[in-house]
Amino acid sequence: MKKKVVSMLMCAALGATLLAGCGSGSTDAGSSDASATTDDGATTDDGAADDGATTDDGAASGDVITIGFAQVGHESDWRTASTNSCQTVFSAENGYDLQFVDCDNDSAVQLEAVRGFIEQDVDYIIIDPIVSTGWDTVLTECEDAGIPVIVIDRTIEDSDKYVSWVGSNFKTEGLAAGEWLKAYTEAKGISDVNVLVIEGSTGASATIGRTEGFKEIADANGWNILDSQSGDFTEAGGQEVMESYCKSYEGQFNVVVCQNDNEAFGAMTAMKNAGVSYGVDGDVILISFDACTAGLEKVLSGEINADFECNPLAAPFVEQVIQALQNGETPEKEVYMTEHWFVNEDILSSITVNGESQDLTVVDQTIIDAQY
Amino acid sequence: MTNIKKLISKPLFLPIFCMILVMAVNIIFDAINGNFALNFFTISVRNGILYGRLIDVLNRGSEIAILAIGMTLVVSCSAGTDISVGSVMSLAASFCCMLLAGFGVSSTSSYNVPLFVGVIAGILLAGVCGAFNGALVAFLNVQPMVATLILFSAARAIGLLLCNNLIVYVRVDSFGVFGGHLGILPTPIIIAAVCILVATVLLKKTALGLYVQSVGINRKASRIAGVRSERIIFICYIICGLCAGIAGIIASSRITSADSNNIGLNFELDAILAVALGGNSLGGGKFRLAGSIIGAYTIQAITTTLYALGVSTEQAPVYKAIIVIIIVAIQAPPVKAFFARRQAKKAALKGGVA
Repeated sequence: MKKKVVSMLMCAALGATLLAGCGSGSTDAGSSDASATTDDGATTDDGAADDGATTDDGAASGDVITIGFAQVGHESDWRTASTNSCQTVFSAENGYDLQFVDCDNDSAVQLEAVRGFIEQDVDYIIIDPIVSTGWDTVLTECEDAGIPVIVIDRTIEDSDKYVSWVGSNFKTEGLAAGEWLKAYTEAKGISDVNVLVIEGSTGASATIGRTEGFKEIADANGWNILDSQSGDFTEAGGQEVMESYCKSYEGQFNVVVCQNDNEAFGAMTAMKNAGVSYGVDGDVILISFDACTAGLEKVLSGEINADFECNPLAAPFVEQVIQALQNGETPEKEVYMTEHWFVNEDILSSITVNGESQDLTVVDQTIIDAQY
Repeated sequence: MTNIKKLISKPLFLPIFCMILVMAVNIIFDAINGNFALNFFTISVRNGILYGRLIDVLNRGSEIAILAIGMTLVVSCSAGTDISVGSVMSLAASFCCMLLAGFGVSSTSSYNVPLFVGVIAGILLAGVCGAFNGALVAFLNVQPMVATLILFSAARAIGLLLCNNLIVYVRVDSFGVFGGHLGILPTPIIIAAVCILVATVLLKKTALGLYVQSVGINRKASRIAGVRSERIIFICYIICGLCAGIAGIIASSRITSADSNNIGLNFELDAILAVALGGNSLGGGKFRLAGSIIGAYTIQAITTTLYALGVSTEQAPVYKAIIVIIIVAIQAPPVKAFFARRQAKKAALKGGVA
């Protein structure tokens, strides 16, 4: 009897999944129909023989440009901002038809999404690759179909069959943090710099770049990096690591570098509990990365001294690339986004990163409201 | 001599011995580095709160200890593990924060509903999750791993939906109390202590403990003897769910936000490990709650020790694995039997000489 009930339930579950599958399938079909009608097949067929420029003859003459965007997922505020940026820039009012697929951090889903875009014969494909390898086959398929691919944020290692990569230069962020700290300590007359670093997730490109950049400046100035451990980009992680740091290096450190804002929030709680004062009026200089809204609020209140942005708003830069392709130009292979360095105090106006002078932004309420 | 032998033969001797062994590493390390040898064990009062590594172990280990209570019961009665506890933690935290902040709000500095409503609702929802798992296992006879796999993947996703895919910040001081401090003691320690106390009373003063073990040893025989096996299993899963809920609230309160993606991530594995390190069989039947609790704090002691030693984060899991293997090996029946045989031989030799 019980077995029967179980098997019936299983059947019901199977049926439900099938139905659900059908549901999403039919909407997909619907949207592909829509894109087929907006495109006139002839121009895209021509494009297949040539490269990107000819594909979009139709689009350039006032037609809607269809774009397929395979996003990683929705795991953080940063990611949400990235998605929103694409949806506002590539809106119907701006003359685009955006096919958006949220891949929920599943690389197989992402590959399928890209293949779906090829079938729908979109004009451009934007990929934020969940994994950096395994892309050559599907990118070759895109190339054969004559659809230019633009990669954003994360990188693709095993293929160069994409037009451009648009993203952040994490090493520059690290370098900027170092350069700022150098200028700041000089201005404040602090000669002995002892740094504790709370890294991001091990192996993440942001972790590697930021660590590398900051370490370069630290080594050049003879700073003492006491310890560097991973807080996994989470508040709980930052809290636990800082809790331990406060005991291991009691009274020995005067700079804490957190590789994202959430870790910085955790580090603040831990330092508060341990009776260590931080921020603008404190003994410890707190540096953070990402500069999300919540982070900037802490910069404004003076709890974080400086926050180095990791810009999630890739869409405007992607649009520039697409415009260049529309005009038959060849865009650069690597496009780095402009990023801002946010500080609390108005002591320094600019820092020199990579031999190039860059402005510092003093945070006020309007900047916070405008931030993602 | 006989006293020592008596001590060694106590069932909880090995788990406690292993925990002390882990912590002893710190004494050696501090002594070598010329620090005060008992640095790890020093407890002081700073900022009006207890402060020290030992407090960290107790504080940070609270969630796993609470999860271990529920997990022990589940393992004992159904000979399977509840792998959904980590996700359910996240769900409870998300639901609580969603209620407190209001749906779709990503940051709040005032409550939408009273604090206790949010907290109780979060814990109750976790209890419902436990009941769902329990119903599948007890009444539909689904294997525990398969039954709990559903919520393992679904609960975290539901939490994300509740939070509108955002990290919900509840920046109100009173919400931070559960993960903060109550007087001089970190609150998680108090909550864990209360949970352990309640569970102990429940298991020792009522027949529940006996029933759970009897169901675990032989479900059919227990039923013939008059124990309603299904109901016992169902109750155990509900308790496990409630424990996950409490742990979720603590984890969320620590960071005064609901980070659905990361709260309770991989905690189910630590909870299961705690049960195993406590010398309990994952095959069900007899259990020792105290062993699981000690196991939970042992896991945290390892983590805190690795932090204290400054082991780099990339290598930490390797050391953790090595320590776990050693602890499990020490407690393995063949190893125990080997030492028992050697002892017997020695005794026999001595007897011969005399």
